[in-house]
Amino acid sequence: MAVDPLAEIKVTFFQECEEQLAELESGLLAMEGGDTDGETINAVFRAVHSIKGGAGAFGLEDLIRFAHVFETALDEMRSGRLAPDPETLKVMLRAADVLADLVRAGRDGSAVDEALAQSLGDALRGLCGGDGDEGGEDDSGDFDFQPVAATEPKAPGAWRIRFRPRGDLYARGNEAGLLLRELARLGPCEVELDVSELPPLADLDPEGAYLAWTVILTAEVEQAAIAQVFEFVDGDCELEIGPVDGEAAGEPEPAMDVSALLARIQSDSPAAAEAVCEPAAAPDAAPVETATRAEPPGSQGAANSNATGATIRVDLDRVDRLIDLVGELVINQAMLSQRVMEAGLARASSVAMGLDELEQLTREIQDSVMAIRAQPVKSVFQRMPRLAREVAALTGKPVRLVTEGETTEVDKTVIERLADPLTHMIRNAIDHGLESPEARAAAGKPAEGVVRLSAAHRSGRIVIEVSDDGGGIDRTRVRAIAIERGVIAPDAVLSDEETDNLIFMPGFSTASTVSDISGRGVGMDVVRRSIQTLGGRISISSRPGQGSTFTMSLPLTLAVLDGMVVTAEGQTLVAPLTAVVETLQPRPDDIQGLGAGGRVMAIRGVYTPVIDVGVALGYRDRPREQASVALLVEGEDGTQAALMVDQILGQRQVVIKSLEANYRQVPGVAAATILGDGRVALILDIDTIVAASRGAEPVRSERLQAAAG
Amino acid sequence: MTQPSATEGRPRELISFRIGAQEFCVDIMAVREIRGWTAATALPQSPAFVRGVINLRGAVLPIVDLAARLGFDATEATDRHVIIVAQILGQTVGLLVDAVSDILTITDEVVQPTPDVASDMAKTFVRGLLAVEGRMISLVGLDHILPQELQDAA
Amino acid sequence: MSMTILTVDDSRTMREMLRLALTGAGFRVVQAEDGLHGLEVLAEEARTPDVIVTDINMPRLDGFGFIEEVRGDGRYRGVPILVLTTESDAEKKTRARMAGATGWIVKPFNPDQLVGAIRRVAA
Repeated sequence: MAVDPLAEIKVTFFQECEEQLAELESGLLAMEGGDTDGETINAVFRAVHSIKGGAGAFGLEDLIRFAHVFETALDEMRSGRLAPDPETLKVMLRAADVLADLVRAGRDGSAVDEALAQSLGDALRGLCGGDGDEGGEDDSGDFDFQPVAATEPKAPGAWRIRFRPRGDLYARGNEAGLLLRELARLGPCEVELDVSELPPLADLDPEGAYLAWTVILTAEVEQAAIAQVFEFVDGDCELEIGPVDGEAAGEPEPAMDVSALLARIQSDSPAAAEAVCEPAAAPDAAPVETATRAEPPGSQGAANSNATGATIRVDLDRVDRLIDLVGELVINQAMLSQRVMEAGLARASSVAMGLDELEQLTREIQDSVMAIRAQPVKSVFQRMPRLAREVAALTGKPVRLVTEGETTEVDKTVIERLADPLTHMIRNAIDHGLESPEARAAAGKPAEGVVRLSAAHRSGRIVIEVSDDGGGIDRTRVRAIAIERGVIAPDAVLSDEETDNLIFMPGFSTASTVSDISGRGVGMDVVRRSIQTLGGRISISSRPGQGSTFTMSLPLTLAVLDGMVVTAEGQTLVAPLTAVVETLQPRPDDIQGLGAGGRVMAIRGVYTPVIDVGVALGYRDRPREQASVALLVEGEDGTQAALMVDQILGQRQVVIKSLEANYRQVPGVAAATILGDGRVALILDIDTIVAASRGAEPVRSERLQAAAG
Repeated sequence: MTQPSATEGRPRELISFRIGAQEFCVDIMAVREIRGWTAATALPQSPAFVRGVINLRGAVLPIVDLAARLGFDATEATDRHVIIVAQILGQTVGLLVDAVSDILTITDEVVQPTPDVASDMAKTFVRGLLAVEGRMISLVGLDHILPQELQDAA
Repeated sequence: MSMTILTVDDSRTMREMLRLALTGAGFRVVQAEDGLHGLEVLAEEARTPDVIVTDINMPRLDGFGFIEEVRGDGRYRGVPILVLTTESDAEKKTRARMAGATGWIVKPFNPDQLVGAIRRVAA
């Protein structure tokens, strides 16, 4: 299989570009946030510099041109000639967006907004004081060499070159012999060595230069070609290049061929290129300078991840397979435990103890494997600033996006599905949440709105919040629209919170004109559905005049759960342990009726709603008469309820199996799992069960009752 | 294997099974495996013909009582009943039937159009009729076996 | 025995391009990702490389610092060092020379130019 190595490198280049673009953006944002560390601006410069360098190798002209002007502006900034004030940084950020588009255009052939690129290019040039040096690249090295002889229009057939190196020439690693060899490549040479300045051996400085050469080169070449041979050493030697006027061979100097000359030089002259034995002090000993240049990596963890341990790249399929296998391992281990118990082996028997150890080990393996797929949410959060900028530009509302908790880790499967909901929510926050600059001014708020995006771990789940400091939910309007759409009855009494949550109803939009930012209007109901399919919940809280906060809570991973195994009407169910506060054994008369059909129980003096799980899921019509066990559960919003179950069988870690993969979402059920006996048990969705019991009819199904009986 | 006379057209294989006194068949390409009946875990808020879910090598498989789905009385499942595991529109579903009879190879011409009878079931699910050795076998299309909302969400 | 070239550049793309061009010309290539890493690699090599090719803009220790360190170390003082960069501004060139650079190549380079420059400074 013939693989074009250059094509492979091109792939690497585009991958690297994505990394550099991310560094570029985060560095600019840090600077916008007040970061003045020199290393930050250097990193930003290097990012664009790298992209430009690679682009040059692949001939991506548009990208090169833009990157060049961008790089020039950044160079001005890092040398202190251009101040990183907010206006300038905003231009830089938008330029970074255009740069990203150009990179992707180079990779995928996608379209670029030419006008935008042009205007930002001009803006960047303007920042550099107009001239921005749009010139193309110099090619191979043009040291400022001083033309020694008058330039002649026609290349004469022979040249005389007089060459006397100075000590620095050798100190920089150049070698006279090699230069002469290069010269010889241009044509036949006659070389004469001048040793007149060579002192006696005792007075010789091993680092000194005492030799000089005169070379007659017979070749029809331009003087520039000869000068180019010496381009590296210009300034470290005396060099004279002149045409030989008419004088051909016949000069009194002995003709020696170059190789013999080289041999002679290398054998008897103490050229510094050889004798490096005495560690004399380096000409410009600047070890101190070096130490100060290599600044300690910025403690703010600015952009660069300082090689925090080796990493390897792994095929995601392999990780997924590993996780599936570990899941099966957990199930099998549980089944084994169960069978051992049923076989009647004593708890203290070696088999039982061995099984305990196995369970411990399996759990550890599972934790480790889960951690492989865990990723910081940063990868999703990273796309948001650009989105915010675009929406801000489209709506004409200045916005600042603040992100927190980017290092919070979540399973990869969850992360990928976060992008869409987050995008919608941020669009919403800017488009609907924030008021216009005029309205904000009138309300005494700063013109720039703030949208805050944060992620954190809280009680075994990941909580993501999107909040804005806008006007909050207009409850009167929401209520009116809900009544108009028939979502609620005209005389329904709703708490503020319930009113706010109306916006999650399908087809609900308070915008009088559909803001068609992406070409499609999206409602919060779609967002809620996406979050729910991830096993998560979303709620909103709003303060009129101050802003709104959307809170999403998601499971850390989609794969395992610590659960309490219970029974209700013969059905085995699993309640997520994170939702269970405690278990109680109430007496039947502890439970009191409230209204028609409602039941409550006093728990340490507080009246708490009582829900019969069998009834809630439709397994039976009426709550059980006999004494039951109560699970005091707490939902995401903090409200508590007592779930009545028939029996508690124990606590287990269970592997979550999707119900939706082959069927669909079932109300009251979050997912399923497979118990030790191989049977499927449903995992309860505590929040929806509690919510359903608050107002709606309990779920009814004759079929279920028959099956459960 | 029965081979009704085939004139032209591509042959395809069908698997035939029995529900009560009637015989049906489905395209074998949709069938993943045949299993014996195991008790299913009931699902709340499901139509009557969805018996519940069972564990199929670690995956959760919904079981549709095909008799109930086709409009007959619900099946009283026993160990001798059979579950046909089928792939329907990207989901794997188990179909509860009485017993599997045969594998047929036919070509399209031998399939007769469904006669117009007063049965919703017939109209929705039966794609055609086959006459095989004097028996009538109804060809069932599986696309609508699952509850309707599922397809809207899909 | 073919020559060993040490290339120091923080860009993965550039490292791969250098490797491609140099191994194609028959050189043995050793690589580093920045100045500090370059010093580490130098120390690890049994035989001092015949030529060093280094970028200027790198994190941790840039090209200038790297060259000065190399020149300041008795073991490596005479090693030819070529600076590989897109910058064509004279001030940077002078600074590189002051630090002790042997020669200069401007990106984008073509492999022939690169090899030619190497030949000019190493046997």
